[in-house]
Amino acid sequence: MTTFTPDQKPHKHKKNVIEHTLHGISESLERALFAEEISGLPGLFQSLDARVKLISVLALLIGVSFSRSLWVIAAVYLLALILAWQSSIPIEFFIKRVWLALPFFTGMIILPALFITPGPTLIQLPLGLVITSTGVTTVLFLLFRVSTSVSLTLLLILTTPWNAVLSALGVLRIPDVFVLILGMTYRYIYLLLRSANDMFISRQSRVVGRLTGAEERQIIAATTGTLLNKSLDLSSEVYLAMVSRGFVGTIVTLKPFEMQPRDWFWLAVFIFTALLSIYLGR
Amino acid sequence: MFAIKTKKWLAIYYSALLLWLATTAMHIPDGYLSPLTSLIMFLLVFPFWTIGIRKIRATMNAKSVPLIALLAAFAFVIMMFNIPLPGGTTGHAVGAALAAIILGPEVATIAISIALIIQAFFFGDGGILAIGANCFNMGVVIPYISYAIYQAVSKNTPISSSRRLVAAFLGGWVGVTVGAFFAGVEFGLQPLLFKAADGSPLYAPYPLSVSIPAMVIPHALVASVVEGVLTALVLAYLQRSNPAVLETAQNPALAVEAGSFGKLRWVWVGLAALIVASPLGLLAPGTAWGEWGTQQLSDLGFKSVPAGLEKLSSLWGAPLSGYDLPLLGNANLGYVFSAAMGIILTVLLVWLFTSLLTYRTEKQTQ
Repeated sequence: MTTFTPDQKPHKHKKNVIEHTLHGISESLERALFAEEISGLPGLFQSLDARVKLISVLALLIGVSFSRSLWVIAAVYLLALILAWQSSIPIEFFIKRVWLALPFFTGMIILPALFITPGPTLIQLPLGLVITSTGVTTVLFLLFRVSTSVSLTLLLILTTPWNAVLSALGVLRIPDVFVLILGMTYRYIYLLLRSANDMFISRQSRVVGRLTGAEERQIIAATTGTLLNKSLDLSSEVYLAMVSRGFVGTIVTLKPFEMQPRDWFWLAVFIFTALLSIYLGR
Repeated sequence: MFAIKTKKWLAIYYSALLLWLATTAMHIPDGYLSPLTSLIMFLLVFPFWTIGIRKIRATMNAKSVPLIALLAAFAFVIMMFNIPLPGGTTGHAVGAALAAIILGPEVATIAISIALIIQAFFFGDGGILAIGANCFNMGVVIPYISYAIYQAVSKNTPISSSRRLVAAFLGGWVGVTVGAFFAGVEFGLQPLLFKAADGSPLYAPYPLSVSIPAMVIPHALVASVVEGVLTALVLAYLQRSNPAVLETAQNPALAVEAGSFGKLRWVWVGLAALIVASPLGLLAPGTAWGEWGTQQLSDLGFKSVPAGLEKLSSLWGAPLSGYDLPLLGNANLGYVFSAAMGIILTVLLVWLFTSLLTYRTEKQTQ
């Protein structure tokens, strides 16, 4: 048997904050790429007008939000699953993405409600814990409502290219200037993410040994400050570029959509479903 | 109603859970708030969006479009940074305090709101119906509170002064803590107002006496510290590398009119006196505070629910009763904490009201 002196003892590599941040950045880039990929596949939701999808998903979200019946919420979840399946979204991913993350956040928050919601006793546990029937109902309500809402949102995100979602937001009477800013923001998020990524990678590649907390904080603050300076510089450059192309402050947006009969049909179906879920779940 | 043991177990569970939760941002997903609450939050945030957009148009013209876009993108990106705290915990900052110091609170509201809307619509972080609530808690409350505190503490010290770093830390810390308080209030109102036929809560289930400390205490210990630390460190960095940015922030054309504080000095003196006197309320708990709580909530726009408010006042009379959190060690401490948050809330409302008032008179005189 080999023995280790303290120096040789293999210890688990502890990620520093730079690595953690890099990991987070690449994860969100991956997610965006994945959504882009799915939105290009053939499928029911991909074939619909972005405005129809946006209004339908909003209507269903409101329906789920109003419903006072677990069955109705479960039915809408089932509908979301069918729509995902019909829209070339890998169904396993669609279920896992929602239900694997759920217990860690909502699940943890809601757990004590099983015991502290006043109501008739359902199960008597040791250590003085009592599960009430109202506690079970309230836990199910929150879990189902959150998971169904997240699924509906995912359905929209995964099947619609981001610029189509943006143009569709115009239908909601959101001012054009807001939509324009949203679009530019979305584009520059990727530029700044890359910029941050590069800064962290170049810093990480020069790190030897372990950083102290104070050093880590200093690195993050300096990167943040540099990124802010870069953003400000870039904004004046972008402004000059816009002016040189004839921007005078008024916004002209293309309205590339035209509603087809099947768009109207599906819009009617989803709005009817949403109204039905409010009516049945009242 | 419940065995003492239950409370003890739950309290232990809670203190462990909350410390962990505090490292995550306070993005409310859909399903936690009733549709009515979501709508009210949209109505609350709407005037601030209008003020912000007007401010941008008035001060920055066409140049504002790329500036806001880049700053919103910046806000989005720094929300992803892991910020280490002394002791080994890490957390994410909102960046709202920093944005407020550099842009002024009105414009910061727009930048943070856009970042939050993009998170909801394109990344699935935070609910879509909850956008109003999230933009209010993080995009309005944090910038306005942080900015007020930053201005009040830094006074007229030069840009390079280290007093400004303290001001920035305090601004970030208080801003996020008050933001968490608002989220706690929104959660806590749900079980009072929306119940199924059998009495089970339909949305977020915990009453105000649980939801407020559950949001405020862990945030005050972690997320608010993260925000404060990041704000102060980045400010220090900018003082060294790009003080010009901070000077434009002092430019009245960009930042909020500093005079709006001075004009109503007596209000601030009165409020300061109240704040100092408030711990004395502990000597006679449950008297004035009950009334104040009801008053406070009716300010929030829930006037039409007298039955719920009746319950509220009794809850406010004894916040934290029975929740002897080991984390707190002492229920009175939590009591002071909640009370302090309530005072800050009042200060916020008064300040908002006065700045809206000055905004209108300025408009008229122009």
